[in-house]
Parts: sequence; C-alpha cells; structure tokens
Amino acid sequence: MRSPYSAWSIFREGLRSQRGWGQAWRSPKPKSQYDVIIIGGGGHGLATAYYLAKKHGVTNVAVLEKGWLGGGNTGRNTTTIRSNYYYPESSALYDLSVTLYEDLSRELNYNVMFSQRGVLTLCHSVPDMEMGARFTNAMQLNGVDAELLDTPAVKKYAPILNFDASARYPIHGAIWQARAGTARHDAVAWGYARAADALGVDIIQQCEVSELVFEGGRCVGVETNQGTLRAPHIAAAVSGHSSLLANKAGLQLPIQSYALQAFVSEPLKPIMDTVALSPALGTYFSQSDKGGLVIGGGIDRIPSYAQRGNLPTQETVLSGLIDMAPILSRVKVLRQWAGVVDVTPDSSPIIGPTEIPGFYLNCGWGTGGFKAIPAGGYLLAHCIAQDAHHTISAPFDLTRFTTGRLIDEGAASGIPH
Amino acid sequence: MQRFPCPFCGLRDEREFHYLAEAGKTRPDTTQPIDDNTWADYLYGKTNTEGVVDEVWMHLSCREVFILRRNRSSLAVEKAIALRTEAE
Ligand SMILES: Cc1cc2nc3c(=O)[nH]c(=O)nc-3n(C[C@H](O)[C@H](O)[C@H](O)COP(=O)(O)OP(=O)(O)OC[C@H]3O[C@@H](n4cnc5c(N)ncnc54)[C@H](O)[C@@H]3O)c2cc1C
Repeated sequence: MRSPYSAWSIFREGLRSQRGWGQAWRSPKPKSQYDVIIIGGGGHGLATAYYLAKKHGVTNVAVLEKGWLGGGNTGRNTTTIRSNYYYPESSALYDLSVTLYEDLSRELNYNVMFSQRGVLTLCHSVPDMEMGARFTNAMQLNGVDAELLDTPAVKKYAPILNFDASARYPIHGAIWQARAGTARHDAVAWGYARAADALGVDIIQQCEVSELVFEGGRCVGVETNQGTLRAPHIAAAVSGHSSLLANKAGLQLPIQSYALQAFVSEPLKPIMDTVALSPALGTYFSQSDKGGLVIGGGIDRIPSYAQRGNLPTQETVLSGLIDMAPILSRVKVLRQWAGVVDVTPDSSPIIGPTEIPGFYLNCGWGTGGFKAIPAGGYLLAHCIAQDAHHTISAPFDLTRFTTGRLIDEGAASGIPH
Repeated sequence: MQRFPCPFCGLRDEREFHYLAEAGKTRPDTTQPIDDNTWADYLYGKTNTEGVVDEVWMHLSCREVFILRRNRSSLAVEKAIALRTEAE
C-alpha cells in the first residue's frame, strides 16, 4: 500500500533528505488478457481507466501509451479550464468537468493546482457586447456561472489590458466566468495515473498499438510492440491520431488533424492573475505560477501531423498578444511548441461506442479537451462499464454526423477553429 | 515562411493559400435517393491520413483551385497539380 501524499509526508521527507518517496505508479509487463484496453496515456485515457476502476469496479484494465504519459496534447496545452459554452448539451458536459476538477486534488490525493482565477472573454464593440449578453444569458439558463462585465470591471480584473480608446480593438466589456481557471497539465495526467495504478490498472508506456485485432466483426485486441493483448473492450483516446487508429478499423472519422501552437515567455513578476481571451485578435493568455506568460491562439490552417507550428500563426498570435496588452511588447518568448489536435466539423467531441462492437472512442476534443479530461474519462468509463451512454454523453455519440444533430459550438461559442 | 506553388502564379507565400478539402471525393448523384450514411460520409468523412496526401487548395490571390501533393508529417510540398482544362 502506497502512503498518501500529505503535508506530513513532505515534512518527513524533508527530514529524510527526500529518500523515502516511492514510485508513483508501477511499470508492469503487459498481461495477454484484460477486461478493458485503453489506447492513449493522455488525460482522457488515464481518467477513463481511473473511473472504470473507481466507479465501476473494473480493475483489470491496461492503458497503453506509445511514448510517455501526457506526452501528447495533455502535456502541451495552455491549461485553461472553463465551461462557457452555448448549447445545453455542451454546458452539461463541460460543467460536469469543472465540477469534477473542483474536487480533483482531493479525489486523487494529488495536487493538480486547479486555480479558479476566472476567464475573461473580451468584447470589442457594441455588437460584441450584445452577443456577449446573449451568451451570458445562455450560460445562466444552462445553470453555469456567467457575468457580463463593463469596461471598469474588466480593468479591475486585468489592468494590463489595452484600455486605450484608440486601440484597434477597444475593450467594451467581457464575459466573465469566475469558476474557470487553470491547472497543472502534467499533474492531471500523473494524478490520474497514480490513482488508477493504486486501484490495479496497468499503465504501460513505450507501448505503441500498430493494429487492431478483429474476430467475427468484433474488436478483440491490439497488436503492439510489446505483443498482442486481448480484451473485449478496446477504447481509443489518442486525440490527433484517432483517424489513424479508426482507419485500421475501417472507419472514417469526421476529424481533421491540425497543429495547435503555444508559447511561454520568460518569467515575469505577477502581472496577470486571470485568463484573458480576445476572439477578435485570436489570442489568449494567462500567467503561470512560475511567472511565464502562457500564450495560445487558433490552429494552423494546414492539416498537419507535425508537432511544430508554422510562422504565419505565430505572427498572428504574438501580434495579437501585443494588441491585447501593449505593455508586453518587449517580453521575450522562451519556448514555442505544438500539438496535433483532432478537430470535428462542429467543434464538439466524440464519446462512446462505434459501429464496430467492442471498439470505443473518446476524441474530437480539438483545441479544448484539457478542461474536459475528468468528464471525458468519467463518461467513457460509464459507456464501457454500463454498456450504455450516460445522459450527458449521449448527444456526443458518433452517429450525430449521420442523423445531422450536430452540436455546433464552433459557430455558437466562437471557438477559433 | 513556407512557399507553395500555384499552378498559375508559381511559388507564393503560404499565407496566400487556403486549404479546402482532401482530394478524391465524388459527390453522390443527387438525382437519385441517397441514404444517410453515404451522405454523412460525403459531408464529413475524412481519411485524415499522415504522410503524402493530395489536397484541394485555393490560391486566394488568383482564385485558382488546384491539387497540392503535400507531406502532412514533414510539411514538405511535392507538387501542385492543375485542375484547369483549356477552354473549348
Ligand atoms: C497548444 C495546445 C493548447 C491547448 N490549450 C488548451 C486549453 O487551454 N484548454 C483545454 O481545455 N484544452 C487545450 N488543448 C487541448 C487539449 O490539450 C487536448 O484536447 C487534450 O489534452 C486531449 O487529451 P487526450 O488525452 O485526449 O489526448 P493526448 O493527451 O494527446 O493523449 C493521447 C495519447 O495517445 C498516444 N497515442 C497515439 N497513438 C497511439 C498508438 N497508436 N498507440 C499508443 N498510444 C498512442 C499519444 O502518444 C498521446 O500520449 C490544447 C492543445 C494544444 C496542442
């Protein structure tokens, strides 16, 4: 039995020169047979395994990760967590996630550093404010906290923004979600991994799935560089690489993979204690606890499997940052990187079974699935264990693209992709 | 900045181009009844494969629509294939 992390354990290890910390999870040899195999050791895969074990008592589970845990988009994102979506279906989904995040550090006994510092979505014109009011009302009707702020209120939260009347995009106000915020991305992956491992889940890194195994039309296993593993339920949570796995099952997904970039500046003294997003400029930023500004924007407009970005988007995002907060114009960028994101036509995720019995999907989160990790894992675990959708995941079934019942958040909440 | 070849204008800055779709899809015959699956596949299905892929692009400056053969993993451009035919 592993000892829980606590203030006492930190103190004790301080006295013992930090020599008593055990490994956070095992690195077992894969067994040949499991009840559930999850492909992808990002947040969604690890959370699915955790909730399978914790909520449904399904512990004979393997998570297969081709690289290292969180090395996909989970460890590459800008860590914004919010539930400011437009449609009731999305509000239910993302608000479940924010609610789970609120208790996650305690639930996992792992500090995921969820900081509810609020998110400002800026409105730059009178029509923007009208749309902002509509959006705020929709969120409130869906039971999600939202407030429409005027300029002085925005200034109170984020005084470094550009309040100059001659700004190209003057600030008329903002949609404010106070419960939104940021968390430590690696900690979310590691916390779920450690907690799932403690419940008996096998987490196997450096294990790449190359083929799916079928018998009588069912998906019954996977071929990997560590051998063939079998299970009656196989779930793929591989974000930007979902189409490649689905193609092996003969499925064409409504997904296009693009690169999404992020940037971190040199560390600065605390100057920004909330998250600000300007839809007009296509840029958002926050400040990490280490002091670096964490900067993001829209996807590169070129289908890509390259985990790096292109220059035109860098120019757009960084010049957008300077328009948003001219005070930052001489701050240096330290690092830039990209992840391969899985974009759907309606900017909503795909959760649930597929037409191939035994093969499940959790994907299509595109540029916004970090915030949804607890919910994505919770709902997919329910789908697999109960052999039926949870009411919250039902609208996000893959069949919506055939029935035409899309949940078009791309249009409704102005997601920049 | 990467440069893409337009069959009409030659090499131009990538910002002048717009990605439209994967090449090779055929619109179902809309004079006949079309089942939902066929239509959904046509509207939304994508191979989304890695490596070298033929894609439909537009050069925004001259409005030329053409096929760009491109490697989605290395981002290298192989060639542009014109779709224009001569006027009859
Ligand atoms: C730059 C950037 C900024 C972002 N900002 C935000 C944000 O602020 N807020 C937000 O909510 N979301 C954000 N996102 C999106 C978010 O990061 C993703 O939606 C989320 O992390 C997806 O998690 P996942 O577990 O589904 O996928 P991933 O974390 O990508 O995990 C998938 C894993 O599958 C593995 N894998 C793939 N193929 C195989 C195979 N064949 N065999 C075995 N393993 C395989 C990969 O190695 C990877 O580790 C951002 C993304 C990027 C790239």
